[in-house]
Amino acid sequence: MVTLGDYLIVSGILFTIGFAGVMVRRNIIIILMALELMLNAANLSLVAFSRFHVDPSGAPNYNAQVFVFFVITVAAAEVAVGLAIVVALFRLRQTTHIEDITSLKF
Amino acid sequence: MSVFLFWIFALMMLVFGVAVVINRNPVASALSLVVSFLALAALFMSLDAYFIGIIQVLVYAGAIMVLFLFIIMLLDLRAEELRKINWVASAGGLAVALALMVQIFAVIGRFSLAKQTFPSLAKSTSDDVHRIGLLLFDNYNLPFQIIGVVILVATIGAVMLSRRETR
Repeated sequence: MVTLGDYLIVSGILFTIGFAGVMVRRNIIIILMALELMLNAANLSLVAFSRFHVDPSGAPNYNAQVFVFFVITVAAAEVAVGLAIVVALFRLRQTTHIEDITSLKF
Repeated sequence: MSVFLFWIFALMMLVFGVAVVINRNPVASALSLVVSFLALAALFMSLDAYFIGIIQVLVYAGAIMVLFLFIIMLLDLRAEELRKINWVASAGGLAVALALMVQIFAVIGRFSLAKQTFPSLAKSTSDDVHRIGLLLFDNYNLPFQIIGVVILVATIGAVMLSRRETR
């Protein structure tokens, strides 16, 4: 049988993949995609906890699913603004490579 | 949901997640991300969260990924030319990620509830759109209104950012 721990482990591995992507890759667009992976890993563990926390009437805990709904909405807004910034930056500098964009570097 | 299907979709999600990170071509990364999200939607379905699974397909695999592909093609990003990879920084990043994974595994290993299998649900819980809708418009009405403002602000922000300066 599949246990809660299996879902949490899969979610943890997915989060780590996303985190490694943010740390290792140098292309802003790929970094945004890796951020999406991390958000989705968090969503997976939220939904898993929701399913395994059944109240006496036999329904899963829907609060977690509402929370996942909010997370997805905020992620969509974040991607829209993030990609708009990438486009503005590309227009200014002709690059999406983060090592070429160091004006704020101290 | 059989154990077999769970591991198929979990492996699919993880393999294509790794493909997102290691592909050099941004278009290939974006398409791997779509497959990874579809497998994740299947995992949501396996957890009886049908509404979230469908939202995942519509919003992520549909809208967000189209946005990514649109921007990649708009900027005409080819496979990036091979730059000298900063091995020290990459190894450092991977080490931090691995340390994080070890910590997550340690926490889950010590979590006693992690060994429970699926508790049975009542028959009436298949209408989860109804239940989530009630909760959303009742308990979470204020956050729901605020999320509408957030989306409005994001829309205006995206338009402002991508507008050309006119003088």
